[in-house]
Amino acid sequence: MAEWWESIYNWFDGLLNFMPRIPLGSWVESFVEWLKNAQFVFDGIRSVIAFITTDVFLSFFQLIPPIIFILALTGIAYAIVKKQGSYGLPILVFFGLLLIESVDYWDDLLLTLSLVLTATLISIIIGVPLGIWMARNNTVQRIVTPILDFMQTMPAFVYLIPAVAFFSIGIVPGVVASVIFAMPPTVRLTNLGIRQVPTELIEASEAFGSTAKQKLYKVQLPMAKVTIMAGINQTIMLALSMVVIAAMIGTDGIGRQVYYAVGRNDIAMGFEAGICLVILAIILDRLTQALNPASKH
Amino acid sequence: MAKIKVEGLTKIFGKKPSQGMKLLKEGKSKDEILAETGLTVGVNQASFEVDDAEVFVIMGLSGSGKSTLVRLLNRLIEPTDGKVWIDNEDLAQMDEKQLRKVRREKMSMVFQKFGLFPFRTILSNVEYGLEVQGIDEKKRHEKAMESLELVGLKGYEHQYPDQLSGGMQQRVGLARALANDPSVLLMDEAFSALDPLIRKDMQDELLDLQEKMQKTIIFITHDLDEALRIGDRITIMKDGAIVQIGTPEEILTNPADDYVERFVEDVDRSKVFTAENIMVRPATVTLEKDGPRVALQRMKDEKISSVFVVKRNKELVGIVHADEVSKAVKENAKDLGPLVHADVPTVELETPMHDLFHAISTSPVPLAVIDKDRRLKGIIIRSTVLSALSGNEVTDNG
Repeated sequence: MAEWWESIYNWFDGLLNFMPRIPLGSWVESFVEWLKNAQFVFDGIRSVIAFITTDVFLSFFQLIPPIIFILALTGIAYAIVKKQGSYGLPILVFFGLLLIESVDYWDDLLLTLSLVLTATLISIIIGVPLGIWMARNNTVQRIVTPILDFMQTMPAFVYLIPAVAFFSIGIVPGVVASVIFAMPPTVRLTNLGIRQVPTELIEASEAFGSTAKQKLYKVQLPMAKVTIMAGINQTIMLALSMVVIAAMIGTDGIGRQVYYAVGRNDIAMGFEAGICLVILAIILDRLTQALNPASKH
Repeated sequence: MAKIKVEGLTKIFGKKPSQGMKLLKEGKSKDEILAETGLTVGVNQASFEVDDAEVFVIMGLSGSGKSTLVRLLNRLIEPTDGKVWIDNEDLAQMDEKQLRKVRREKMSMVFQKFGLFPFRTILSNVEYGLEVQGIDEKKRHEKAMESLELVGLKGYEHQYPDQLSGGMQQRVGLARALANDPSVLLMDEAFSALDPLIRKDMQDELLDLQEKMQKTIIFITHDLDEALRIGDRITIMKDGAIVQIGTPEEILTNPADDYVERFVEDVDRSKVFTAENIMVRPATVTLEKDGPRVALQRMKDEKISSVFVVKRNKELVGIVHADEVSKAVKENAKDLGPLVHADVPTVELETPMHDLFHAISTSPVPLAVIDKDRRLKGIIIRSTVLSALSGNEVTDNG
């Protein structure tokens, strides 16, 4: 840099000297510290999430012998696509799961599946009502939309820090981080789906004297179902992508194996674990899409 | 007693509508208010009454506020000001529960794009209004089936809306509106989305149904022909305000202003005028007193080749032709009686002009217009039909 420019640069730089460094980070930190006063709340949440993940989903999945599990899921896939006349999905489910079992990732698969299902379940329980509320109230939409933008654009790693702060390490902060990261599509698409219901149908429902509840359950939700399901599908995919990142804070499952493999530069392990995640992702994606009633009555 | 009475009903869209209301009352126009305050006047102080079992058509171009007006009547849109009485109850004052009761029991609505629920079967669509009332399933099915039968869709109850044609879908819409047996039917451009032939069928069918059911129907349309076909009375709207209310004939013969006149200019007059409107005064001879000579003289005077014969009380007897009469005069006959041809083409006073075309084109003699007692009221000749069609002059009742 030429000297003359450097002196001009410094002069301009000096203009900002009066401004102190804004301690944004430490503000947030003290806010998080302050929130810890309500540790009993987080402990409660922690035990609920732990219960759903390990005691409900995981224990149930572990009860089932792998071969029965594989056949059952194949059967479900077959039942779903039977009417459409294409049998790719059950074949994919059967051989995909068989491959995971043969490379010894079955236990990790079950845990990852439990994590994803728990995160998705929580996302739906919070996200769908929130989306409905947004659709009915423009003020709520104006407030929630930037929060959702924030949740989605913040690098996913960042969520690990408060998750650990409140929920320690292990499975639970992994689920929490997944929920934060994965919930926005469900909220957004529930809102969108309800807002997209043609005005005439809303008017028809009102003109025949429906209550707000009847309008919601008999017209808006059925009409928005396809869109909401698309949102849930997205949520599942995002939750799955979060489980690898959550491995950094001690969340077990296939993600952990990927994380180890990266650390050790172990190509064989990385590929096996990676392909297991891909298989799980494809199965979950196709299953939820096939469930979507878009193409039938 | 009026079934529906509307007084000063106004809708202003935008923030702070009360400001616009004040300006409206000062007599400012829709455009002035928009320029001054940014508020849009949807409906401007509309007042009218609709009688029981009347078909009341509200007509206007798009943007004239007609669809807003009909939605103010069942409060799908909340009025800014004004009153709506239905059976002497003020709808605008009702709380939600009372309003729901009115919507469930007294008035239902048919929509332009049908407004059917795509995920429900036809039967379950028709049942919707009953379902939200909590009526039990068996009774619901029964009523819905009756309603479907009424519109001629029995057998389609387990299909879905997208499996039906547009005309059939709107029948479903109509069946759904009729299922809870309302006394008021609001129809918002109900047939506008249908192609012309189907639309005409639906209009006929609505009129047939109306004859049986005697509902109070408020029908929105932008199509004047449709309005004239089905309306007992027609309201014409412009810029949210009512310009004219009247029977189809009043609107056509006596348009309130340029706007209405331009509206009715290109109407198919043949659908509106009846024989009574276009008939002319006939030349006649009286059977009891006039003989062949008088008849011949009259034909010469009028420069016509045949003349109608009536009794003293004007009852139509028939027609005599110049050639036969002059022959009788040469033979010195005194009585017209044997010369009269009784098989004269006749039409009634109320016969629409549309139906006169065929009769007049195949008949060698003018058409006799008679009343219920067969009294001759006038005649119709080709030139009168043509001049009425061109809209030039309509003679007064001969």
